[in-house]
This record gives sequence, structure tokens and C-alpha cells, in this order.
Amino acid sequence: MASCLIVDDSKVVRMVARRILEDLNFDILEAEDGQGALDICLKGMPDVILLDWNMPVMNGLDFLKQLRLSDGGGEPVVVFCTTENDMAHIREAISAGANEYIMKPFDRAIIEAKFSQVGVL
Amino acid sequence: MNSQDFQLLSTLVRERSGLVLTEDKVYLLESRLVPLARRRGLNTLEDLAGELRRTNDEKLKEDITEAMTTNETFFFRDNKPFDIFKENILPHLLKARAGQKTIRIWNAACSTGQEPYSLAMLLKEESAKLTGWRVEIMATDISNEVLEKAKAGLYSQFEVQRGLPIQLLIKYFQQMGEMWQIDSSIRAMVKFEKLNLLDNLSRVGGFDVIFCRNVLIYFDNPTKAKVLNQMRNILAKDGALFLGGAETVLGICDDLKPISGLKGVYTPAENGILAAS
Repeated sequence: MASCLIVDDSKVVRMVARRILEDLNFDILEAEDGQGALDICLKGMPDVILLDWNMPVMNGLDFLKQLRLSDGGGEPVVVFCTTENDMAHIREAISAGANEYIMKPFDRAIIEAKFSQVGVL
Repeated sequence: MNSQDFQLLSTLVRERSGLVLTEDKVYLLESRLVPLARRRGLNTLEDLAGELRRTNDEKLKEDITEAMTTNETFFFRDNKPFDIFKENILPHLLKARAGQKTIRIWNAACSTGQEPYSLAMLLKEESAKLTGWRVEIMATDISNEVLEKAKAGLYSQFEVQRGLPIQLLIKYFQQMGEMWQIDSSIRAMVKFEKLNLLDNLSRVGGFDVIFCRNVLIYFDNPTKAKVLNQMRNILAKDGALFLGGAETVLGICDDLKPISGLKGVYTPAENGILAAS
């Protein structure tokens, strides 16, 4: 079973994403900010990371940059999932090493479409 | 609604679009036509049927037909047909049409334009191989409303997230407030036209590739046969017809053959496209 780390400071968003992704047969891990996500990744890299942008302690973009510099950190497929829905943010995320980008609000159809595009479904 | 009203509306829609509505689809009539009735100041489908009987209004008939057609579509729907087009059909045509350097593609029942624009973006990505070539994409639909939207190339945030890879959004779209608009360079590659598939199709000319996906499922067998036979007549001998995942020509149009190994793709000559490649 593939693993997916959901990183979002909103408990509600994590819950909604978890329901969709469990249904798609992912093993779920959760973190509420970038630092928590990094700690999890350094112990063992997940297959996919669903990543919010604006979070306290360490935001999604800073997490992504650190992840890609770490040992084995090039492996996980990273899908941003954020309310930042303008072209400047999208470009910045992709050039920092994100594989796909979801603009909130999302639903099951969007998660499925994006995950199948990056080849994890 | 009573069965006379159902008959009136379903016969109208069937004659005009080929769409078959059985009695179990009453809910579909209600969900699609009640909003239309309200816009005309009518409350119920009975009132709408009454209005139709009384006025025999051409515009009303057209609006009812348009409202009943299904317009669900998204970018690169099902992915696989687009991979097949890129990896099998396009390389074949680049060889077989090297003399005239022209490829004509028809997108039948294009709805709001995501499918022809997916093909246009795909061709743009392959443009290095197409220098000096003329590639025409004609996209048609029965509904004026969806064609207007298709021509504008304006999509909601939800629509650009269904099937469109983020790299292509970055490359070929501009943000317009809440909406996203596909580049004029891509829009210019597609010619949109109103066309009813039940009409005589010979006027649209000959094609190398036809995309007609998830359209025939709404028709009965005689209508399917009529449309497929017409398509066969305007498709090049080594051309390719793409149908939807749940559709087939088997038992309906024997002059079109499946191409082995390419699911959902049909050609007029047996193994035409493979024999030539």
C-alpha cells in the first residue's frame, strides 16, 4: 500500500483529505506544519505528500525546499494543495520541486485526477 | 408528468439530436428543463409542454434540445486516447502524409472545448515535428451555448484542475480574475462550428482523425449506424476514429474495424493504419 503524508494546519482539511485518500487505498500520515512533516520524512520517506502552503512554524514552500535537499528527499511525489491560486505561486512551487498543484477548494474528482497525472494512482 | 407530455418532449429531443430518453429518464427531463421553464416564466414541465404545443416556437424547441444534451467533458479525458494519438496515430500520419503535409482532425460533439484544446496543446508540444505542416482541428457541437464557451476558452478553477497537468496550465493559460483563459495561440488552432450529427456530414469534408467520444452511447442503434456510416465515408482509408471507452462499432458498422492493440480506435480498412506504418 502506498503512503501519503497530509500536511495541513487545518484539522478539518486533514480529515477531508484523509477520507478521500484512504478510500483510494493510501496509508495516511499527518502533520500540522512543515517542521512536523520534515521530522516524519527524515524517519522514512512517504510515497506522496499532499502539502498546504500557509502554515505556522514552517510553511509548505520552505518544507519542500528542505525536503528536496535531504537524503532521499527527491523521491516523494509532492502535490501542493493550497488557497494560493495565482500563477506566481504556482510557478514558484513547481520550480521549488512540486510535481503537481491543487487549488483549494478541492474534491475527490480533483484529487483523483491530479494523483493519476503524477502516476501514483 | 403525464405520458403525453413526456412523449412530446422526448420525441422532440430524439428527432433533433438522436438522444434517446426512456421513461426512466423523467428525472433528467425535470432537472434539465425545469430551470428552462422558469426562465420563461413557467412553473412546471406541464406548462412547458403546453407552451410548446401552443406556440410551436422554433427557439423553444432548440433550447429544449440543447438543455437535454450532456456536456460533461474535461481536459485529456481518460488520458489513454491522447497517448495513442501522440504515440501511434500522429507518427503514422507524419509518414503517410509527408507529401501534402496536411492533417485534418474533427472533434465531433466537442462540448465546451476541452477535448479539441487538449489536442491543440498536444500538437503544440510536438510542434518541432510539424514545421511546415498544416494541421486543422475542426470542433463541432449541436449546442450554441457550449460553442460560445468553447470559443472564449474561459474555464473555472474546477475545470482547469480536472485532467490538465499543471505544467500545461502554466504554459498555455492566463488567469482572468476567478477564471483561466487558454492562450490565443491555442484558440487559433481550433475552428468551432455548429453541427448536428444527424445532418448530412459530407459537407464538412474529409478527415484523417475523428474524435467522437462518449456521444454514441446516447443514441439508439439505427442512429449510431447512421452516424458511424457517415463518419466512415469522410474518414481517410488509413484514418483513425476514436470512440469512448463504453462504445464500439461491433455489430453496428462493419466497415469500421478495431485496430489491434489500440483500444477504442477504429479504421475503415482492416488494419489500415498498421499496414501503412
